[in-house]
Amino acid sequence: MMHNLIAMLLSPKVFTGLTQVGVASLLVLATVMISYWGRVAIGKETAVSMVRGFVQIVIVGIVLIVIMDTTIFLGYVALAFMIVFAAVLSKRRAQGLPHATRISLTAIGVGSGVTVLIMIFTGVIAPNISTMIPVGSMIIAAAMRTNSLTLNRFRAEIEAHVGQIEAGLALGAPPSTVVQPYVRNTVQAGIIPAVDTLRSLGIVFIPGLASGMLLAGANPIYAAEYQFAAIAMLFAASTLTSLIAGLMLRGTIFSPAEQLVLRP
Amino acid sequence: MDWEELRRSRATRSDGDVMLEVRQLTRFVADKPIVENVSFAVRRGETLALVGPSGAGKSSLLRMLNRLDEPSSGTVLLEGVDYTTLSPRDLRRRVGMVMQQAYLFPGTVAENVAFGPASRGESVSAERVRELLERVNLAGYEQRDIGRLSGGEAQRVSLARTLMNDPHVLLLDEPTSALDEDTRFGVEELIQEIARERNLTSILVTHDMDQAARMATRVAVLEAGTLRQIGPAEEVLKTRDA
Ligand SMILES: Nc1ncnc2c1ncn2[C@@H]1O[C@H](COP(=O)(O)OP(=O)(O)O)[C@@H](O)[C@H]1O
Ligand SMILES: [Mg+2]
Repeated sequence: MMHNLIAMLLSPKVFTGLTQVGVASLLVLATVMISYWGRVAIGKETAVSMVRGFVQIVIVGIVLIVIMDTTIFLGYVALAFMIVFAAVLSKRRAQGLPHATRISLTAIGVGSGVTVLIMIFTGVIAPNISTMIPVGSMIIAAAMRTNSLTLNRFRAEIEAHVGQIEAGLALGAPPSTVVQPYVRNTVQAGIIPAVDTLRSLGIVFIPGLASGMLLAGANPIYAAEYQFAAIAMLFAASTLTSLIAGLMLRGTIFSPAEQLVLRP
Repeated sequence: MDWEELRRSRATRSDGDVMLEVRQLTRFVADKPIVENVSFAVRRGETLALVGPSGAGKSSLLRMLNRLDEPSSGTVLLEGVDYTTLSPRDLRRRVGMVMQQAYLFPGTVAENVAFGPASRGESVSAERVRELLERVNLAGYEQRDIGRLSGGEAQRVSLARTLMNDPHVLLLDEPTSALDEDTRFGVEELIQEIARERNLTSILVTHDMDQAARMATRVAVLEAGTLRQIGPAEEVLKTRDA
């Protein structure tokens, strides 16, 4: 196996790939310059994310090759690791919301975990590492995106409606009733990417799974069906994640004496 | 019951006329005192004006009286009962608040007026909403969307919404200062009339000394979080003018 790995790393394909990475990076660099020109500074964060993303995907690629033929247990471990990492990344969007780590971990973990497990047990995902990692990671990534959006939007909704929320509390209303409209907006905002993915499926967006299957010579109708199932699961994972995050967040912004404790 | 307890219970009971008593109320925000050791009592049916420079802590003090903010120390007695023994919802039903902004909820005027009791699952009759709207001079406004109200109308809806809970105490935080000259006086008069009809105990935060003189029986002056002066309106306002 070690021999395989070394052969793979030294193959001419890897160098062709590096040129492709270079061209893509130049493109990102150009957008960063444009952003400076438009006075929207996204430069540093983008550059860091880009380098980091590249290193990560290469390392993961290598790890995948190494564990590919081992026990399926390692596949579950890898997915669990991805969930934890997604939660840690995502909670940074919380900017001081209380219990953000715990909420992100629960929302992403339950949202994507339940969905992936159902897919594996119903046989939609074949119980082998080379299937469960790419499909699982796609779902975890969707859950992460949803969670980040949910945290971000929740904060914005609350901060924009402090007056109404406190007016409601001052009328002796239960906190959950007072924030209900804002939690609803938050959850709806959280699933926008998932809804858009469903809507544009096949027209704007032919996702990786289907492309891969088509390239591998699968029956195109079957590839489409399979892809739809995966995207539907992705939608389910997003909705579950957003709901869990929204409801958990709701509980963190009030004190036991029903006071709004989150302030701009 | 030991002697000390007996004495204390007598002391609270003998103040039968006191509606609200503030005891050494203090609030720190980030280690900085914004209200410090404030004590006073308000009698049933009385209007106390709370004046003082901007940033003195008037709103912060008022927000502790319905427990929107938690005191760092000290407490409030409502009709002799420590307010922490009441549920926050019950306390806020009895101690209503009208803020500088109306902060209405999206929807119709009727939905806003019914909100307090409805949110607690109590039934609200259309008749009750109609009566209250009539009382704040907004007869027939039930189905009006709140986006189509003037500033003065919105503030009167906010008043009706608070009155729907049948509060005994009214906390008023500069209730007319966001209104323009023409509507300000009407809203002020309306509050004054309703407070009198219902024998409400009111605490009015204002920076307008003339308004304090018109509405309040007594005036308290807050400066840098501490109570500097409290007494009959004419006396306090006279010394402040000098
Ligand atoms: N939540 C808060 N966090 C930090 N500072 C606060 C907060 N609320 C009030 N303050 C500060 O407390 C002081 C009193 O404010 P406030 O009660 O609004 O005064 P007033 O109503 O008399 O103008 C001000 O210095 C204000 O900046
Ligand atoms: Mg104020």
